[in-house]
Amino acid sequence: MLTCKDASHLISERQDRPLGRRERLGLWLHLLICVYCRAFERQVAMLSRAMRELGRRGGADGIDLGPEARERIRKAIAERNGHD
Amino acid sequence: MADHALGAPETWLDEHGAALYKYALLHTRDPHKAEEAVQETLLAALQARDRYAGGASARTWLIGILKHKLVDMFRHASREIPLDEAEDGDGGRDVLLDEAFDGAGHWRTMPADWGDPEDTLARSQFLAILQRCLDALPERLARLFMLREVMEEDSETICQELAITPTNLWTMLYRARLGLRRCLDRNRVGHVIPE
Repeated sequence: MLTCKDASHLISERQDRPLGRRERLGLWLHLLICVYCRAFERQVAMLSRAMRELGRRGGADGIDLGPEARERIRKAIAERNGHD
Repeated sequence: MADHALGAPETWLDEHGAALYKYALLHTRDPHKAEEAVQETLLAALQARDRYAGGASARTWLIGILKHKLVDMFRHASREIPLDEAEDGDGGRDVLLDEAFDGAGHWRTMPADWGDPEDTLARSQFLAILQRCLDALPERLARLFMLREVMEEDSETICQELAITPTNLWTMLYRARLGLRRCLDRNRVGHVIPE
């Protein structure tokens, strides 16, 4: 029988690789009886959704390049563009 | 000559600069490095613009170039960042795991129910706390987790690019998830906090 520690590792790894048949069965049996690991499973799924949303939003609002950085980059582009 | 939907290079910074910068800052957590990544991305785009097929939007194409730059920067930086102590395998005790599980491998405390906040304000609060928790995570773990979950790189690609074994990667991602969920639980996500 898997411990919660083992099961939680598999719950995490399932996000990153397909589990083997025996791993899937072991995890399924554990989740049937373990409310703790089911809660962890929901957290892992929510983390994944939230991370993607964070990526789509590109981080917090109101973040932008400073005027100096903009000017520097603008010059670098103009310089390189001129050489083409 | 023809720039398809890319627009003229002089307009890229105005059109996409802020979006690229936000994305880069999320991953580098360092304004200077993020600026550098944006500049390198736009310069690389300038050189590669003849190869722009027009299939993806200009923004998507530029973000794609930025991703490569960020992975490059991460690969260089990870040579300088020491592995954290828990990654050496059987060596020292693993604080993260010891805090989560007792000696018999049972959870010490029940993982909280965060729900799936639908309304925009709750969602923003969740994301803001998540962002802080990411910042509190060891840098290497946070970056790996971002590569996996935000850039949605597959395990194989990450392992190849960073020259680590799959087992090592999966364990580090597990540790990142454990660390983040602990931090979110501690910040009482999912509980109603009265004003």
